[in-house]
Amino acid sequence: MSIDLKTVKHISKLARISIDDEKASKLKGDLNNIFEFIEKLNELNTDNVQALTSIAETTLKFRKDEIKSENIREKILKNSPEENKDFFVVPKVVE
Amino acid sequence: MSDITSQSLFELTSNIKEKKLSSEEITKAFINRAEKSKKLNVYVTDNFEKAIDQSKKFDSNPILDFKLPGIPIAVKDLFCTNGVRTTAGSKILNNFVPAYESTVTQNLWSQGAILLGKLNCDEFAMGSSNETSFFGNVQNPVGENLVPGGSSGGSSAAVAANLTPVTIGTDTGGSIRQPASFTGTVGLKPTYGSCSRYGIVAFASSLDQAGPMTKNVRDCSMLLEVISSFDQKDSTSIDYKRNYYSKELSKDIKGKKIGIPKEYRVDNMPDEIEQLWKNGISYAKDCGAEIIDISLPHTNYALPTYYIVAPAEASSNLARYDGVKYGFRSPGQNLIEMYEKTRSEGFGDEVKRRIMIGTYVLSSGYYDAYYLKAQKVRQLIKKDFDDAFSKVDAILTPSTPSSAFKIGEKTNDPVSMYLNDIFTVPINLAGLPGISIPAGKDKNNYPLGLQVIGKPFDEQNILNISYALEDKINFKNDISDWWLSE
Repeated sequence: MSIDLKTVKHISKLARISIDDEKASKLKGDLNNIFEFIEKLNELNTDNVQALTSIAETTLKFRKDEIKSENIREKILKNSPEENKDFFVVPKVVE
Repeated sequence: MSDITSQSLFELTSNIKEKKLSSEEITKAFINRAEKSKKLNVYVTDNFEKAIDQSKKFDSNPILDFKLPGIPIAVKDLFCTNGVRTTAGSKILNNFVPAYESTVTQNLWSQGAILLGKLNCDEFAMGSSNETSFFGNVQNPVGENLVPGGSSGGSSAAVAANLTPVTIGTDTGGSIRQPASFTGTVGLKPTYGSCSRYGIVAFASSLDQAGPMTKNVRDCSMLLEVISSFDQKDSTSIDYKRNYYSKELSKDIKGKKIGIPKEYRVDNMPDEIEQLWKNGISYAKDCGAEIIDISLPHTNYALPTYYIVAPAEASSNLARYDGVKYGFRSPGQNLIEMYEKTRSEGFGDEVKRRIMIGTYVLSSGYYDAYYLKAQKVRQLIKKDFDDAFSKVDAILTPSTPSSAFKIGEKTNDPVSMYLNDIFTVPINLAGLPGISIPAGKDKNNYPLGLQVIGKPFDEQNILNISYALEDKINFKNDISDWWLSE
């Protein structure tokens, strides 16, 4: 199986990473090499194997849903990419 | 007394406790050496001024019961440090200042340690050579233009070059053990669930573990004792009784059964590594261990499995970098364009490659063929180890299939880069503890490591075996300080 340019463009759309044609064609080569390497798994019959879903065989613990951190609102907002006072700012989404 | 920066953690803590050295003297010695070691490019962000203040503060009221009393420590820049920039080696987090502290670093500070700074690493810990970092590659102190391994390359280089007494790294597929092997240092990846993942920039959540990187096995046991803890903030942290690793450290490994897996004899492996392994086996025998041939039949499928599971988890974890709440943003005409440009410009090539692989294997129509298949093979790999550990107490293998390579040598061939982790990846997939210790050198005089793999939660056992082997191997790094400037 090989990954064509159209598929590369489709994956980049799904991953929300814009790529130009030159990069897409380089990526196509890389991805095909990597998938050729991955295809080795098809040598194995896994019909009767249970998929591993958790490496640590413990049940999840419950804890109370409490606020433990101090008020870090300002520190959090300070990291936002666009200057603002009380909110995160993004391009307009509603026409 | 030997030069301060070349002392082990054990020596430094003893000297502080006996009041032969102050925290300030030690801290300044490491900072002074770092100022002359810029050529190695180990630091992304230094914390030197604050570190000196904190060392003075420690000295004015020293608490000598601490396990790391006034000891300055630099950490991989993948650990969130409250108020100190944390980049994960990425442009997308170039200006990110966390408002909270990772649990493992908090464990260091709670035992008296002082943050020296944040160490370079591959971008989001994705790499085996530290060449994918936005902040440039790191030089291996072992030789000029040599990679220090990765992803914890700044960490391994800093320990080998005496720029920090010890450090902590993270290991998803070998990122502690492979760089330790490349620099002649000790690196341990604990059992999954031993060290909290809270506050560590996530790569692949079912594989990531933090662990110690040190000059010797005793230091490694001391540091593991501090960082390993149950943590409610990490839902996969496991609540079990941890050993006093440093107190229980012993060279007595008489009667221990050590397995030698035949599948780790790979094609094109240099003779020197084969020889190194044989030496390790004979040292283990000398110590009274019993050597048992074992088989881990699915070893060859571990890397392909890893290159589905890890990118899949990464693509999901890295979806959060969208330029909205923190990090780098590239403006766009609309929200979608902003996301796409931000991620395109903010991530480097290797990270984008892995996000693309992960997105593809999780996408509609391919999930069963790739992701589900990989999770099934992962079960088989884990079962290989379960079967082996019904016969043996630990497993001995080489750490890497080669010594450190030249900077730039493998950057254009992702698959050949991935093959570096052939001996380390299976251990992450099975959630086991593994340690790499320096065991010899190749013809270029570059270090080579041996790996000891243990049962889950059996860190004490692999530390003890390593401690016994270390004594027999008697490795000397002989680093020339070629990079120092005045």
